[in-house]
This record gives sequence, structure tokens and C-alpha cells, in this order.
Amino acid sequence: MTTRSIGHSVQRREDPRLVTGNGRYLDDLGRDALAAAFVRSPHAHATITGIDITDAWEVDGVEAIYTFEDLDELMARPLPVLIPHPALTHPRTCLALADTEVNHVGEPVVMVVARDRYVAEDAAARIVVSYETKPVVVGVAAAREAALAVHDDVPDNVAAHLIQEVGDVDAALACSPHRLTIPLTIERSACMPMEGKGVYAVWDRDDASMRMWSSTQTSTGVRAAVAARLGIPLARIQCMAPDVGGGFGVKINHPWPEELLVPWAARALGRPVKWAEDRREHFVSSAHERQQLQEVEVGFDDDGRILALDVKVWHDNGAYTPYGIIVPIITATQLLGPYKPGTYRCEFWSLYTNTVIVTPYRGAGRPQGVFAMERTMDAIAAFLGKDRTEVRSTNFILPQDMPYDHGLMFQDGRPLKYDSGDFPASLAKLKALVGWDDFAAYREQAEAEGRKVGLGIGCYVEGTGVGPYEGGHVHVETSGQVFVATGLTSQGQGHETAFAQIVADELGVRFEDVHVTTGDTRRMPYAVGTFASRAAVMSGNAVAAAAKVVREKALRIAADALEANPDDLEIEDGVISVKGAPDTQISLSTVAVLSNPLRYAFDDAAKAATQFAGTFDPDKPPVAEGDEPGLEGKGFYSPTQATFANGMHAAIVETDPVTAEIRILRYCVVHDCGVMINPLIVEGQVHGGVAQGVGGALYERMAYDESGQLLNASFMDFLVPYASEVPFIETDHLETPSPLNPLGIKGAGEAGTIPVSAVLASAIEDAEGFPILSMPISPSELWELRRQRASAAAHSATTEGDR
Amino acid sequence: MKPAPFVHHEPRSVEEAVATLAEVGHDGKVLAGGQSLIPVLNMRLASPNHLVDINRLPGCDRVEVGDDHVRVGALVRHAQLLADARAASALPLLGQALACVAHPAIRNRGTTVGSIAHADAAGEMPSVAVLTGAVIEAASVRGTREIAATDFFEGPLETTLEADEVVVAVRFGRFPTGTRTAFLEAARRHGDYAMAGVAVALGVTDGVVSDARASFVSVTPVPDILDLTEAVRGREPGTVDWSTVADAVAAHVDPEADIHASADYRRALVIELTQRAFAAAAQEGVA
Ligand SMILES: Cc1cc2nc3c(=O)[nH]c(=O)nc-3n(C[C@H](O)[C@H](O)[C@H](O)COP(=O)(O)OP(=O)(O)OC[C@H]3O[C@@H](n4cnc5c(N)ncnc54)[C@H](O)[C@@H]3O)c2cc1C
Repeated sequence: MTTRSIGHSVQRREDPRLVTGNGRYLDDLGRDALAAAFVRSPHAHATITGIDITDAWEVDGVEAIYTFEDLDELMARPLPVLIPHPALTHPRTCLALADTEVNHVGEPVVMVVARDRYVAEDAAARIVVSYETKPVVVGVAAAREAALAVHDDVPDNVAAHLIQEVGDVDAALACSPHRLTIPLTIERSACMPMEGKGVYAVWDRDDASMRMWSSTQTSTGVRAAVAARLGIPLARIQCMAPDVGGGFGVKINHPWPEELLVPWAARALGRPVKWAEDRREHFVSSAHERQQLQEVEVGFDDDGRILALDVKVWHDNGAYTPYGIIVPIITATQLLGPYKPGTYRCEFWSLYTNTVIVTPYRGAGRPQGVFAMERTMDAIAAFLGKDRTEVRSTNFILPQDMPYDHGLMFQDGRPLKYDSGDFPASLAKLKALVGWDDFAAYREQAEAEGRKVGLGIGCYVEGTGVGPYEGGHVHVETSGQVFVATGLTSQGQGHETAFAQIVADELGVRFEDVHVTTGDTRRMPYAVGTFASRAAVMSGNAVAAAAKVVREKALRIAADALEANPDDLEIEDGVISVKGAPDTQISLSTVAVLSNPLRYAFDDAAKAATQFAGTFDPDKPPVAEGDEPGLEGKGFYSPTQATFANGMHAAIVETDPVTAEIRILRYCVVHDCGVMINPLIVEGQVHGGVAQGVGGALYERMAYDESGQLLNASFMDFLVPYASEVPFIETDHLETPSPLNPLGIKGAGEAGTIPVSAVLASAIEDAEGFPILSMPISPSELWELRRQRASAAAHSATTEGDR
Repeated sequence: MKPAPFVHHEPRSVEEAVATLAEVGHDGKVLAGGQSLIPVLNMRLASPNHLVDINRLPGCDRVEVGDDHVRVGALVRHAQLLADARAASALPLLGQALACVAHPAIRNRGTTVGSIAHADAAGEMPSVAVLTGAVIEAASVRGTREIAATDFFEGPLETTLEADEVVVAVRFGRFPTGTRTAFLEAARRHGDYAMAGVAVALGVTDGVVSDARASFVSVTPVPDILDLTEAVRGREPGTVDWSTVADAVAAHVDPEADIHASADYRRALVIELTQRAFAAAAQEGVA
């Protein structure tokens, strides 16, 4: 019996290639291509009054210099609003190259194409752009205040305003026994993939066709966008995602200006052109996320049951809104986590600032929502003097409530309806894992040693695997090797392994014989992309569906050849045999030969399929009516709604009583993403996610000064945690299958990141004994908070004494 | 992030190097491990027309331990010095501080002399140079001169080295027998430039403190020595209440705020670090 591959921690087959330097990333391609560099705005807000390129032409090796003036009509249009929404009343997007105005530092103004990147940068350095600077809006508070506007025709800076309400929140608040108001802040961070963006395009003049490669999360999206702006039929353009060194969301926004300009220049020049983003460019021209101000008003009873939850969110969307309002919508909906408040209202404003655009970053609005909810849970517990897990339990949605409809609309325009999950069971696992009930004793012992320790918790629910669809294509070659393609892309998650496991099981072949290609429009032109923890759910089920089609066809052909009933056949390790009579068998490779009647014998295997081989019934057409040659099949998966994964994290931290340095002593994760295709990969995703979450909670921030300059636009000062900063992560899993898809799986890609800021705020608060309302937090800031508390305490002591 | 064009010189001897430097003068830069200079060039924060690459100079890759000094050649990488057992026993402070310099990959390439020539106020080794009374050996076409570390550092990234001079070696002074040292710093991430750091030397003669000095990282514009001997002289090292040095440290340092830490925090931090460093040094050798 073949052992099933799904559910096993199969080693990732992409790793040997990737960790030995044999990956093939964008900048590994096109060695001889011309290189592009960009002159970018040094100002956060300015009018362009002139561009002088004369000096730049002096540099030997310059091939082209483009400004907005050079763009044709299609290219000169503003970039698309990818995800329109009725509440997004004032969408604004940038131009491929700025015309009269720039709205953030880093906006591209001039494109230089030259022999190599060095020359391109030398020339770019000689271009003089004259600006008249305008006052800038930096930070969401300034945007909300609206003393100044980013876009003249949007004087209040409000791109979108949306209210969703379930029940009568005002009435419920009015009659709540207890009420609390909690102001919260989350700062900007960013995806920071190790590989920046990059585009390489080759125009074939004779064939009038384009081949392009982009370090993207959606090659089909890039292909469609470029086709539209360059006026090229889809049939004449192909886009491939090579190995991609991380995405985390920033490479799902598209087309980036460079993704249009590079192929456009390649066509104009008739030469291959490449652009590989450098780190500085990435900081100032790729997307950021996370910044929000929030105000929570909560009404609850003596048990801590939430009767009314009223949340206001001011969301910083940066200078433009190409990706719509997906992020604040996710905050507003996923904030609810595993809980069912009596009534709920969330009102958000998505606001313009003169800073880099905001698009989804791993977690995508959820970390902020979970921060609001979990800080509220802790505040209620503190107010009532109850255990924090007890207050959470009181508010849980229970297994018998599933499917649970919140009555809200989710980011995919569909109802926010949880499919499955067992939150009390998850909490029980987490409490056992971290030793929740023993912590008091541990703290007492630590305090006796002069140490400060704290325990924190955070819970979340994550809608994963949003539609509209993904597709899979499976082809069994006459060698018996199975080639699988899915259109969504890979950024190192392990798709080559996980999808091969699925196809191996569904088809009945060895895992080693299955080979997976992702993100290549030549192999699968219908796809959406890798984001929203959707790859396993969407493409996993799509390749399973495709494998089923192939399996059926194989059984049909084999049944003919073996003169058996297809229902009596089974496939194991690539051999089809009659159940109970294993000697009556035919290999899948032979079936592949038979599936494709041939005129020519290219090799020995092909001989059997040629016209004089006597294999085929002379009275029938070689390919039966309605059939197709080849042992291959396609399948698509398109769900009615997202499937909801969940998890709970707990951490123990130690804060230095004098230096306020924060150390994570333990970090525990209980995670439920339904059926796990490959537990090792899930574990890896959780680990990476927690690492990124730790970055967002304790290290990373975008330090903009008041003039809109990013002060820490390098890895020297933007502090991505090293291995030395990431704690050992202890995990436990619950597998509550999703009833929504055949494989029962839910997404796992973002899970680790989502609650980390909430968890660490909770733990630091527990150690310090005062509320933590703003994240990230540094030792310097924690020290400052202590000082403020101490001086406030001293002050109230004196005023008390005065009385 | 590509450097502006430059001419790359590869002198094969110190004479050739200084001759080239004399020629290109202010338009040239010495290139050692490149761990500080290359990023600056790539970001086009500087664009010298000439780089005088000293990586092929013979004889500059040696660590020599003398009776009163450890001499470190211009091409000795941080990692090499850190691994040098003789240097470690002659002057433990070197290893104590080097372990805080960046990460292995950077220590494999970056030179200890380069970090002193670079004179970053956040660098560990300038402060070690000052506390050990190091001597900087500088060569030029005019000959060789020796500069005391205390005269070498002028300001952040500024030294008294002339544009046509190259540092061929640094001689770190060894402490008298019985001196205990410690190095402590607090960085946002392991291996980062510190928010604050301190090197301390505690002299113990006949079982009592005879000398207590400190120099700092990131909290003074240039590294200089704070002599704390008066506060603790004659005390048994294990019994000293090191909070007595707090006021002197607070008065000595002059930290600046940046995006990672406020000035007040840095001051509080370095006061605590200094106490802990002295306490650690005092514990040393106490069973
Ligand atoms: C990510 C990262 C983290 C780092 N963290 C730290 C840290 O925590 N602490 C720390 O101290 N350093 C740190 N560094 C810097 C590192 O220690 C450098 O190696 C060192 O500062 C300079 O040495 P270098 O040999 O690389 O010099 P280079 O980069 O080659 O030169 C630096 C400067 O010194 C001059 N120079 C170098 N050698 C000589 C010489 N012999 N004579 C005259 N002038 C000379 C050069 O002209 C140049 O101006 C870090 C570097 C990186 C990239």
C-alpha cells in the first residue's frame, strides 16, 4: 500500500537549490540586458517645475532617458485602482513617471536606461529636477487633523470612510454595566523581503511578442496589466515569476510603475531591459503597512461578556490607494477574532499622507485588529480583576455555534462566516503548553530574585483562501513523470513540495515523480496570485481536482487496455492494476503513450502509439470523439467564501528593572489551519511569521521626520530581528478540518505574524503593571513610560500631601 | 546603490601606498576591510576619485604581543584578533570588546585598525584604544609618526590623521598586572552599534582598588577616559557600592537622541552599564 504523502513532514525539495546558491532570482537573469535606474523624488510633497537631462546624456553608455513627456497615451494614464470599493470615494493612484506633482519621497520621476546599472546611476545623478516644495502631511494624526491636504482635491485627506454595524451599539453601550475607552496606536512597518522587486523584459520585434519576468506574487496579474498598458494582446505576452526571495504582500500590488516601464522601454529600444530594485529604493518606493490610530469603546457585564464594541480606526494609506481599502476592511472585520460581542460597530477612515503607499503586509490589517481586540480583553480582565483567559472564554464563539455568521462583509465581498474551529480546545492547549496556571508561582520566584516577568496572550481568527479561483494542470509524460503547473507564484513557501504531495496522493504516483511549476503564464494562464494565505487552499485544491481528472482518464485508458472495469482498478506508485489481481497491470507511462496516438516514433515508448503498432482499433478514430490526446487534465477551485483558520499565542517576557530591555523568555503557539498537508512547512510558516511579528512588536518602525524623509531607509537602522532576537518557538496544533474544500485545509501563511504585537504588549503590561497602548515598543520607550508613571505618581503623592 | 566611478589603486608596499596617497591627497581614501567605506560609497554619501586598497600590503596582517603592548597590523581582521590566544591573555579587554563588534561575517572582513581610523563614536575599538593608552602608527611620504589615542580622535568620524597618511598598526597598551577589565554594551539587536557601551579597567593592588577608569561608546562625541579612582580607591573590590560612580558618569557623558533611544535613556543606560561592568570586573578572580 502506498503511504499517503499528505500529512507527512516531507523535506522541502526546493531547499537544496535555494540554500546552496542555486536559486534563480530575477537579477540572475538577463546578464546582458540594459539596466534601468530611476531618479526619484527627494521631497515628500512638491510641484515639479522642470527637468534638465542634458548633462546625463554626457555619460558614456546611456541608451535612453524617459520622463512623463515621453510616455504614450496608454502609459501616461494613472495606474489602475486594482480593487475599487463603493466606500473608496476618493481613490488616487500615481503615474508611471510623475508629471507635475510628487506625493512621497521615492516617487519615480525619470527613468534612465544604460549599459549597466552603474552607468545608469551615474547618469541619474546628473539629472536636475527642479521642485517647488509644498507642505507635507506625515503621520495619521496629521492626516486626520487635515490642516493640510495631500491631494488638493481631497481636502480632508479621506480616501474612504466605511461604517459596518451589527446590532444597536449605542443602545447596548447605554445599558452596559461597565464601559471603558481605550486609545491605541500601531506604527508603520513593512514586508522587507530579502529580494527587492525586479523586472526583466525581452521584446521580440519579429514576433511582436513580449517575454517578461517579474519578482512578483502574481505573474498573471502583471501580464494582464502590461498587456493593457502596452496595448499587446495577451496571446503575445508571457510573464514568469522566477525564484522570488520573499514577498509577504508587497509584491502583490501591481503593476508597479517599473513593471510597466521596463517592458515598455524594452519594446521601444528593441533590447532586453532589466531593473533590480535596491534596498534604498525598496524602503522609499515599495509599500509599507500597519499604521493606525484606534479608539475602542467597550461595554460589558460583570462576567466580562462584551455587550457592545464600538471601534474607530484611522488608517494611514500613504499617498495613493492602488490596492483599495483591503487593509482597513480586514482590520474592521477580523478584529472580532474568536469572539461574539453582543453588538459591534467599526467605523474607519482611510487617510492620505505624504508617505509610501500602504498595501497588505503579511497579516494585512489583522495585527492591528487583533491588537485592538486583545488589548480590550486584557483591559476588561484588569478592570474586573479576572483571569485574562476567563474573560476570553466568556466571549468565545463555541464549536456548536459553527458555522458562525458575524453579519459583516469580509474583504472578498462575501459574508464573514466562520466555517469551523474549536476555540475552547485551542485555549486549553495553549494554557497547558505555556503553563498558564503555574505562572503566578514562577513570577513570585522571579520577583524574589529581583526580576520582572510577565505573561501575555493573544487570539486571532484569520480568513484564508479567498477566491475567486486558482487552477491546476497535470500532465503525465510517457516517462511516467508527472508535471504539475499552477498559476499562482511561489516566494519560497514550499509549493513545489506541498503541491507535489497532493498530486502524488490524488494520482497514485510517487512523490519523487511529481514536478511542480508555479507562476508561469505559459503553463497556466489562469490564476490570481499568492497572498491572503490562499496558496494551499486554492491551488492545493485545484491541483487535486486536476489530478482527479487525469486519474479518471488514466483508469479509462487502462481499463480498455486491461479489458477491465475502471471501478476495479487502482493506481499505486504509478502502476495501475486490478484490485485483488495485482499481476494484471499497466504502468502510467504506458497509459500516457496510449493516450496520444502518434504518426512518428521518437523513441521506444512512442513506438507503441504509432499507426502500425496495432494498438488501436482500426474502426475508431484514434482520438475518440469528445476526447483529447495526452494524459493530462485541468482543474479549478473556486470557493464560495474564505475558510477561517485560527490560533492563540502566549509569551513570557522579562523586562530589565533598570535598563528596560525586553527579553522574550518563552513563546508558545497553538495553531489550527485544518488538515496539514505538510506539518514541517506549516511549522516553518509559523516560525517565520512569529519572527516577523517580533520585528513588528519590538524592533521595526518607519521613522519619518516631519518633512516626510524616511530616516532609517537601510538595514542599519530599520531593525529586522536577527536569529538572536527571535525566541525559540514552541508549537502545538489542532486540526479542525474545513468543511468548505475537499482537502479540508485552511491557510497558514500569515498566522504566525498576526497576534504577536498583542501578545507582547500583554506580556509587557503584565510585567510592568501599567497599560501598553502603543506598539512597537523599544527599551527607550518603555523606560520613558516608567519615568512618566513614576513622576505622575510622585506628583499625585505631593498634591495629596498638600491637601 | 552603486558607487560613483573611482580609480582602484593596489599598492604592494607601504612606500607605494603612501606615494599614491601623497599624489591623490584629499581626493583619495584608504580601503581596508570595506565594511564601513563600501556602504558609504554605494549610497554615494562620498565619492572619492581614488581608492587606495591596502589589502595587498605585506606584513600588515600580524598580531604581535610585547611586554607592554599588543601590536595589531592594519590588515588584521576583527575575527583574527578575536581568535588570537596570546592577545587574549595579554589584554583580555580586546576580546571582551571585539565580541560586541558586529557579526561574524563582518568581523571576517572588517579590520580592527580600520574601525579605529574610521573613528565612529559608536564603534567599540576606539574606546578600547583610548582606555588602553594605545598608540597609532601612521605612515606617509614624510615618514612614520606615532599618535597617542587620546590625541587621535577629534570628533565623530574625525581624526588627526592627515589625508596622505595610512595607519600601519595600532599598539594597544597592556595594563599592569592585577588589572581587571570588562566591556558591556546594550544594542537594539545583538551585534548592532550600541545605544551605549562602556569599557572599564579596575586596578587592584594588595587586595584593594588602586585604579578605576572607564571609557565609553556612543555616549561621548569622542572616546575619552573617565577616571573614577578617587571614589573607590583603597576599597576591597568585592565590597564597593558602584552606585557611587553614577553621578560622575552622568556628568561625564553627553549622549544624543536618535531614532533608537532618547538621550536621557542612554544616560541612564550607561550609568547602569558602568556599574555592572565594574561589578563584573570586581568579581573577576573572586572564587
Ligand atoms: C552591518 C554592519 C555592522 C557593523 N557593526 C559594527 C559594530 O557593532 N561595531 C563596530 O565597531 N563596527 C561595526 N561595523 C563596522 C566594522 O567594524 C568595520 O569593519 C570597521 O568599522 C571599519 O573597518 P574596515 O576595515 O571595514 O574599514 P573600511 O571600511 O575599509 O574603512 C573605513 C574608513 O577607515 C579608513 N581606513 C581604514 N583603514 C585605514 C588605515 N589603515 N589607514 C587609514 N585609514 C584607514 C578608510 O579610509 C575609511 O574612511 C559594522 C559594519 C557593518 C557592515
